[in-house]
Amino acid sequence: MTSHTFPQRGHRLPAEKAPIFRRVPPVRLALNLTLVLLLLLSLMPLWNWGVRDAVWDGTQQQCQQLHAGACWIYVAEKGRFFVLGFYPVDLQWRPVIATLLIVALASASVMPRFWRPRLLIAWMTGALAFLWLMAGNMGLTPVQTHLWSGLPLTIMLTAFALMFGFPLGVLLALGRLSSFPLIRLGCVIWIEVLRGLPFISILITANVLMPLFLPQGMTLDKLIRVQLAFTLLASAYIAEVVRGGLQAIPDGQQEAAFSLGLGYWRCTLLVVLPQALRLVIPSLVNTAIAFLKDTSLIIVVGLFDLLGTVKAASSDSAWLGHATEGYLTAAVIYFILCFSLSRIGSRLERRNATTHGTQSQQPQPA
Amino acid sequence: MTMIPLTALAPRQEEIPVAEVAVLIEEMGKWYGDFQALRNINLSVSRGERIVICGPSGSGKSTLIRCINRLERHDCGRIVVDGVELSDDLRKIDEVRRDVGMVFQHFNLFPHLTILENCTLAPIWVRKMSRKRADEIAMHFLERVKIPEQAGKYPGQLSGGQQQRVAIARSLCMNPQIMLFDEPTSALDPEMIKEVLDTMVGLAEDGMTMLCVTHEMGFAKEVASRILFMDLGGVVEEGSPDEFFGSPRHERTKLFLSQIL
Repeated sequence: MTSHTFPQRGHRLPAEKAPIFRRVPPVRLALNLTLVLLLLLSLMPLWNWGVRDAVWDGTQQQCQQLHAGACWIYVAEKGRFFVLGFYPVDLQWRPVIATLLIVALASASVMPRFWRPRLLIAWMTGALAFLWLMAGNMGLTPVQTHLWSGLPLTIMLTAFALMFGFPLGVLLALGRLSSFPLIRLGCVIWIEVLRGLPFISILITANVLMPLFLPQGMTLDKLIRVQLAFTLLASAYIAEVVRGGLQAIPDGQQEAAFSLGLGYWRCTLLVVLPQALRLVIPSLVNTAIAFLKDTSLIIVVGLFDLLGTVKAASSDSAWLGHATEGYLTAAVIYFILCFSLSRIGSRLERRNATTHGTQSQQPQPA
Repeated sequence: MTMIPLTALAPRQEEIPVAEVAVLIEEMGKWYGDFQALRNINLSVSRGERIVICGPSGSGKSTLIRCINRLERHDCGRIVVDGVELSDDLRKIDEVRRDVGMVFQHFNLFPHLTILENCTLAPIWVRKMSRKRADEIAMHFLERVKIPEQAGKYPGQLSGGQQQRVAIARSLCMNPQIMLFDEPTSALDPEMIKEVLDTMVGLAEDGMTMLCVTHEMGFAKEVASRILFMDLGGVVEEGSPDEFFGSPRHERTKLFLSQIL
């Protein structure tokens, strides 16, 4: 191998372009090899348990034998329950379609070519369709909300919290930067109170305290209360993310828009927000991931999201001792969801970095 | 290129009383906290007049013209633009801003929009023009500032001089009665200053009412009908270019001129 096959790097000296293994000092080489070895050694038990000694098919009895590894038939057996939970089996096509609907909408939302007002209408329709499929009525068998569980619940809590929390958060961010002191104060209190309390305490408040504050005779479904709590929380976090973006837009943008006769709202909607939101895409994706994972906290108020159903399955007396396989499965599902979100986020960032020049960019020859 | 009459391109929705006095400022003052940024400003600008405002930095020149379209609020006295007195009434402010174009030192183009979209945004949303018509007008003015071929690009892909010419075209698309220029060439490389000044001279020749904060004394000599010299928030001296450059009356003016000429 000759040196010219290596990519030319910026300011390297020619001598450093030599093949890499000739240049690596022995100490570094030894260190690297040791680390690789340690990694392999530490993964060996996992390999043995999860693959070599695992029971892939067969009977429950085989799983109970001494030295048996992971019992994947448990996951095969309980997989449906992990994902759909207590939802009636004969109606399970409904949560499946409803969840796919939300996933499809979310996928469309991250593609800039769908960023039109119609997307909002699509979300509203999609949300209503989701609720109709899940709850029933109007031609479908009604299903009580306490049976909603598993992945559909996780997706619903996350998607609805972000969907309603986002516009609310944008308004809060604008309010926090408003020139009217009362609006500013209100928004600061809203944001700081919600951000300053632990998630769990807000969930418990929504579950236990909120019914006490409701007018007599009025009841609000537990799921609605929890969804409300998540939405309010999301609004506060999104508000702070968006505020960062708003403050990064130079005053000159607003001045230019004003001087063209665009009023506050047109200036905000057409000039400031489009730029600010592009800037905060990474943080918004981060917030979305955080909320997706934090939905698992609803276990404290007796609702069963994906993690909840996995935990519930592990207490099935017929299948005791296989909690690890269940949690590992849950971990994989969470990871797939969060990792997809993060990949989408970085694709959006790259796209924005390449399509729009900024004013500081080098001018092209005329 | 045939010049289309501007009134034919952008018909006004409501007829604005065409006052002979485009801008009237009486005993106007402004404070930033305890600091008096502007003191006792009196200025009357007739339609078609071209006022150049110069002076050392911190003298209040920019603040003065930013008061005219209410980017800054004045604290006392009165400002009447095109027959409309500026007050806290937001409707009146927007009315004035629609008819007063402004060009900034740092261009302030909208980086997320193409050049054409920069020019059509306000005509579409403020003047309620159809996109097709707004596009026509925008292309007309982009041709006038000699960069129609850049219409599809983003501001970041243009040179400073080109960006500033787009900024001028963007203002013209609103068919303004008055144009304000806040140091339009100060952020430009020397070789780009001329292309922007040429555009401004063209505007002046068409009879546009202009108020221009600039240090380009050549431009001032060529196009100004009056030059205002400001220092410490007040107007020190005011006169035609001949008087101003030929026989300045105040010591401060003489000192300033000796430093920049």
